[in-house]
Order: sequence, then C-alpha cells, then structure tokens
Amino acid sequence: MEPGMEAVLKVRGLRVEFETNDGRVEAVKGIDLDVMPGETVAIVGESGSGKSQTTMAIMGLLASNGKASGSALYRGREMLGLPDRALNGIRGEKITMIFQEPMTSLDPLYRIGAQLAEPLRFHRGLSKAAARPRIVELLRLVGIPEPERRIDAYPHELSGGQRQRVMIAMALACDPDVLIADEPTTALDVTVQAQILELLASLQQRLGMAIVFITHDLGIVQRFADRVYVMRRGEVVESGPTAALFARPEHPYTRMLLAAEPEGTKPAPPADAKELMAGDDVKVIFRIGGGLFSAAHEIRAVDGVSVHLREGQTIGIVGESGSGKSTLGRALLRLLPSEGRIAYLGRPLDPDPAAMRPLRSELQLVFQDPFGSLSPRMTIGRIITEGLLIHRPGLSARERDRLAGEALAEVGLEPAMRNRYPHEFSGGQRQRIAIARAMILKPRVIVLDEPTSALDRSVQKQVVELLRELQARHGLSYLFISHDLAVVRAVSDYIIVMKSGRIVEEGPTEAIFDRPQQAYTRTLMAAALDTKRFREAAE
Amino acid sequence: MVVQPLPLDEPPPVAGRSLWQDAWIRLRRNRAAVASMVVLVLLALVGIFGPALWPHPYNRVYPQFVRVPASLEAYPRADTILPAFERELRRTRLDAGPPVLEGSEITVEVRADEAIDPRVLRYFERSDLFSNPRLDLAEDGRSGTIAVDVQRLHFFFGTDAIGRDLVARIMIGVRISLAIGILASFMALVLGVTYGAVSGYLGGRVDNVMMRIVDILYSLPFIFFVILMVVFFGRSLVIIFIAIGFTEWLDMARIVRGQTLSLKRQEFVQAAEALGATRLGILTRHIIPNTLGPVVVFVTLLVPKAILLESLLSFLGLGVQDPLTSLGLLISEGAANMRGALWLLIWPALTLTLILFALNFLGDGLRDSLDPKDR
Repeated sequence: MEPGMEAVLKVRGLRVEFETNDGRVEAVKGIDLDVMPGETVAIVGESGSGKSQTTMAIMGLLASNGKASGSALYRGREMLGLPDRALNGIRGEKITMIFQEPMTSLDPLYRIGAQLAEPLRFHRGLSKAAARPRIVELLRLVGIPEPERRIDAYPHELSGGQRQRVMIAMALACDPDVLIADEPTTALDVTVQAQILELLASLQQRLGMAIVFITHDLGIVQRFADRVYVMRRGEVVESGPTAALFARPEHPYTRMLLAAEPEGTKPAPPADAKELMAGDDVKVIFRIGGGLFSAAHEIRAVDGVSVHLREGQTIGIVGESGSGKSTLGRALLRLLPSEGRIAYLGRPLDPDPAAMRPLRSELQLVFQDPFGSLSPRMTIGRIITEGLLIHRPGLSARERDRLAGEALAEVGLEPAMRNRYPHEFSGGQRQRIAIARAMILKPRVIVLDEPTSALDRSVQKQVVELLRELQARHGLSYLFISHDLAVVRAVSDYIIVMKSGRIVEEGPTEAIFDRPQQAYTRTLMAAALDTKRFREAAE
Repeated sequence: MVVQPLPLDEPPPVAGRSLWQDAWIRLRRNRAAVASMVVLVLLALVGIFGPALWPHPYNRVYPQFVRVPASLEAYPRADTILPAFERELRRTRLDAGPPVLEGSEITVEVRADEAIDPRVLRYFERSDLFSNPRLDLAEDGRSGTIAVDVQRLHFFFGTDAIGRDLVARIMIGVRISLAIGILASFMALVLGVTYGAVSGYLGGRVDNVMMRIVDILYSLPFIFFVILMVVFFGRSLVIIFIAIGFTEWLDMARIVRGQTLSLKRQEFVQAAEALGATRLGILTRHIIPNTLGPVVVFVTLLVPKAILLESLLSFLGLGVQDPLTSLGLLISEGAANMRGALWLLIWPALTLTLILFALNFLGDGLRDSLDPKDR
C-alpha cells in the first residue's frame, strides 16, 4: 500500500448483525479494510469467519434479517444505507462480483449474450444491437473460443469453467474499479481453477482494476494477492503484505492456517499383507435415454479398471470431476451395477443386494458431503446405530445406546451428543459422525469418497488425523477418493490417477509425486496450487 | 516454523432443538396461525361435547316454534304469553287481577262468588305453552292465586323449517364435517404417502405403472364415482369418508412421489443402502420422515377441501341423512329457505367460513414455519 494514494474502497468499523431465532448473531464485528486502485486484496478465513458477509454488506446484498452498520466508502461516497436505486449506480458498474457457483449464477433460460447485455443496457443505456459487438469483445477477452457463435449459447451448453468465464465477462462489462471474487474457483476442477486464476491475473494487468479475493485457499492467496486480511469469527486478526505475512505470521490463528495443510506420509503395508479386495477389469456403463424409437446412449463411467487393496493399505484415487473415481468406489461395493470381477477375501461378490447384505458391515462407505449424508430428521444416536439395527438385530436398545456412545468417543465426540440432531453440528463434527456410523460395524474396508473436500483446511487436517488413527488402531484398509492431491499424498501409500473412466497412471505415492510419468498427472500436480511441496516436487 | 497447537474451536454447541421444535417456535410467533389453532380446538370441543350439553337435542322438533328467527330473547315472547294466558283465564270465568310474568312463572290473583273448583287448572294443562299449573286457595275457598310455569326456550340462532334448534344442528354439523374432513384426509394421507413413497423409491417400470394407475383414477369424474358408490353400497357416512379419501389421495401420492424422487438421490439414503438397509427400512426410516414437512402442510389444505366436497355431496343430496346433518346440508337447507328465513343460511355459512379460514391460516403458518429457507 503506497501512502498518499486514495483508497478506492475504504471500510471502517463495519458490523453485520443477524436477527435469528437464537437471538442476535454478530457475523462481522467492526472491521477496517482498504482497497487501493489496481491491487489484489485477499480476505482469508474459514467458513463462518464472516468474509463473505463483509462483501455482501458492502454491496447491499445481505439477507433480509441482516443489518450492517459502520461505513463503507467507494471513492469517498458512503455505500451503506444507500437506497437500492442509488446503490445500483455503483454496484454492477463500478464494483462487481463473481460468485462461487457458476452453475447457478447464470439463468438457464436466457442465452448468455442476453445475460451479458443486461449490465450494458442498464448501466450504459446501450441497445441490444449496440451491445452485441461489445459482448463479443468481452467473451474474447475472457478466452471463450468462437465468441461470435457462443454468444447465442445457453448456459447448459458451456462447461463449468466457461460459465465462470462468462460470469467474469459479465462483471467486466462496465469496466469496474473493483472486482469482488467470492471463492471464484472453489467449485471448479484444479486444472480449470488454475486457468481461471491466470485469466483474472492477466485481466487485472490489462484493465487495472482492483480485485478483492475471498477465499479459504492459501495457495491462491500466496500466488495472487498483494495484501491479505485474515478473518476469524468476524474480526480481522491480522493483515499485511502477502509475502511478509506468509514469512512471519504473528497471530496464532494465521500460523495455524498456514500449518493446516495435512502432513506426513503413510508407509506401505508389509509385502505379505493379504489381499482384501480385488476388482479386475471393472466397467460401469450407464445407458441414457433410449425410448421406443431411439437407441440408448452409452456412457462408460468406469472403463476397465483393476484395483487390488491389501490389508492395512490406503489406495488414493485422484482425478477431476467426471473421471469416474466415485463411480468406481461405489461399483466396488456393489452399490452400482457393474461388469467385471469383484472379489472380497478371494470370494466373488454377488451382485444381488440380499446376498451382499451380510457383507455390508465389513465394507463401508463415507461420503463427501457431511450435510447430505446424515438424515436431518434423525438423532445422531439413531443415525449411528442404524447399521446395528440391520446387522445385529438381537441387540437391546440399551446395548445399542452404549455402543453409540463408544463410537462417538472413538471419533472424538462427546457421547452425550447422541440425542441431538445433525443440523446442530459443524461440518467437521458431522464428518466425524459419518465416520462413527461406519466404524460402529467394525468394518475392514472403508471407501472414503472425498471425505475432506467439503471441510475447512484446519478441520480437514483433524479428519485426516482421525482416519490415520483409526487405521492404525483397527488395521483398516482405505480406498481414498479425492481430487485434493495434498490430502491424498498425506494418507495413501499407493495412488491411482484416473481420467475419463480409465487409469492414467498408478504406483506408490512417492513414485507418483516425485516422478510423474504421464502428462496428465503432471498437469494435475502443477495445477494443485498447494504451494511449497509441489514446487519442490517440480524442481 | 514451530506451530503451537491452537485449541481447535468448533463453534459453541447450540442448545438441542429438533426441526419440529424449531418449526413450533416459528409457528407460535405467527399470530394468525395460533388464533386459528385455538378456534379449531374450540370448534372441535363444541362438535364433540356440545350436542350432549346443549339443552335442545339436535333432532327434537318444536312444532309451535317453526322457523322462529334468531334471537337472544326467550321463546315464547312476553307479548305472546300474556294474551294466551288471558285467553285461558277467560275460559275459567273467574274474576282475575292483572297477571304477572316473572321469569318463567305467571301468577294471577283470582276471585269468584262461589268456591273455586281446582279443575279450572285443566284449561292451562291443555295448552302447549304452560305447564305445572298450581292453585293456592285462601281459607274461604273463594279467592286465591293461580301460578303456571311457562317453558321459556332460547333459540339463539332460530329454528329450522320443522322447528329444530339451529344451534344444536350446527353443533352436530360441525362434528360431522370435521370428522369427515379429518378422517378423509387421514385416509388420503396414509394411502397417498405409502403409494407415493413406494412408487418413487422403487422407480423405473414399477413407478411408471403405479403412476399411470393414478392418472387413470384422476380421469374418473368425482361425482360419478360417488354416485356409483352410493348406488352400490347405499348412503352412509362411511361411504362418504371412503369416497372423499379415495379421490384425494391422488394428489398426495404425486407430491410424495416427487419428494421421494429427490430424496432417494440424497447421500443419506445412499449411506443407508451402503449400510445394507432393506428397502422397507429405507422407506420407513429415511424417506417417509423426510417427506413429512410438505405432507403436513398439504394435509391442512386437504381438510377444508374434504369438508367442501362433503358439502357439495350433501348439497346434491348424496351426503349424510336426516336427522344427522353436516354444515353443507345445513347451508343447502338454508339456501332453500333464504327468502323467509335468512338466519338458516347465515349461521351455518359463517361457521363453515370460520373453519375454512382457520384451516387455511394454519396451513399457511405451518408451511412457513416448516420451510427451512425461512430461517
């Protein structure tokens, strides 16, 4: 920050409060923030730290029960409390936003050209015809191929990355001074993430606007931001130039965030460990459509993959979305119809659900989304003991209750919590509950389907620790499905890289990370922004 | 970099509260919904206990009070009692002073030249108006006091075309209408939720066949269906429950099926499958409890619909039979007597309106309070 320069956005003592059924909740507790022209500022924090609410308050987009106080000046003009009409002269024109979810922030019923024309027509008073060349120019600017043709495309015809590019184009339409990017890449694959970030950086150089980056990803911050604000529980705990802050973090919270990347490696199991699970040439083919008159259309989600899991082993399966890694995990547990031979302890698994049922207690699954995988209408105790109800029907209610308490204690939760409902727990706690539900049946194999992707970094680390601990204590074998290379590296001793339903590369963890053979693997690693280790690996 | 282990802070636990408790808190804040609940409970109590406690039985006919208008005054009116009393008094051929009406007793001083024969009281006994005539004679037997009781009846809402008390009729009508509304909705609830959940969860061909059956039933005209049932099984209350319940479960089945289709893709259902739960277990433990939110709301809208349908049937003469009645039947009778006796239409119609308003407000309140987006 250079002294004497006038901040384009100046926030002083901003407070955001929400009226809820549980009383008043302070989401932001009086923060100061400056954005200079043309610089990139990152607001970093975990979920619930108030980083999104800060910008929502500045833009006048708070939910109806929210109230902002303090001051937010755009070039000396107060934005808080401004009526919508006056505010619209600034937001959408001078300060624009892009959101996390490119799938839902475009209206599926309108062509992208029409949606892009909206800010131009509203703020610049351009006619539809006059806006068109400008829109083509914008689409070219954000790197959409064949903009003259794509301008008439509907959102569903574009990929996630392209949609996010369209959102960026929309935000750039009126040459904004400030672009607020709220987790702009979180919903995207790592390789696409990298492209979008490069795009933003190059656009900033060319157009000279300031960018406010809201993110929980320190890799992005380190690579792109000039200055950082670290937020925690509605307060800015530390701020400063990126390099200085990363080199000498002062607040313990910042230090913890920086250290929150999962560490350590997992040694391979002994060579004579017996093979628990084997899948040979597994194929999962979805037939889509196919009515009376049209032939069914085939999608090969998993196409001839072989996996051999030994006792005590953790196999990491990595790949981008759509690579078939989750499908493979479910197919191995016979939760999806598949072709090929799948065996458990040398015996082939019967595809019939009734025949599989007794084995289900030994083969468990933990899901990505800790919010979706727990039934909202059941208490934690009932959720955890559902498996006992099925596999050990002879148990008395009291016995089940005792086992539920033990399982909760095992995953580090208070046993007294078993009478509560899932919505009362945080993401990390819910994932622990989901793990307890699998553990109570004393399984031998657990398929972990992106178990840490929906969690904050520091919570991820705890969950990874927990999984490791459980593996050591009970001799479990894991199939760890993830797109997050840092986590996979920390937990698995063998790695399978998948793309479009096929295995691209496989091998022991160190070998894959140190000497990736395939171009795709190298792209994945380069794109995984998680800083130092991968740079070391690349060197 | 040495990192001190920072106490890892999960957010402080919120006091334990289920979704339903949360909904209840929000519902309690909605004044219209709370008032509606109070009104409905009161009406239900009136429907259940009212007919037993009310002085007039709902099927008692008062021939002398046919189509008397609604009034807070007692019947017979004071200005009709005294002339009638005097008419009877003249027949006794006694010298009488001015009769005095006090409450439900009329007294009059009488005198005669000869001893008064107690049989004069027969004149009063013959009348419909008076009862329990008594004669107090002085010692000489030539003068005394005649006292008779007048039965003073209150018809607050008036009486109908054959002289039955409308309040009692409305009470029994509320009982029948609410019973039909609730029982028919309950039947629709059980049938619709089961059918919809099974159809949606099994999916594929089973779902296709089950939903086509629903489509076929949709295309049956309701009135035609009811007439058919009445013709086959005769007119009875049970047939009406069944007829209404049987047509109303179709909507419910559709709603629950739609909910189920989205629920079965949820990870907690897949998690149960991975645990090895049976289909029945998944349906009863996971699917049906999670559809209850919208279902509860739909039921509160179904109850007034069933009441209105019953009214329509009764209006057409396919509903309950005299002397039992329902609000619909009362309104239809009221409509027939509208010109001379407006009260026969107004009071039952007001009651029905009250019930429907209360149910709709309650339904709105429930929908809002169960909607998680409203938080």
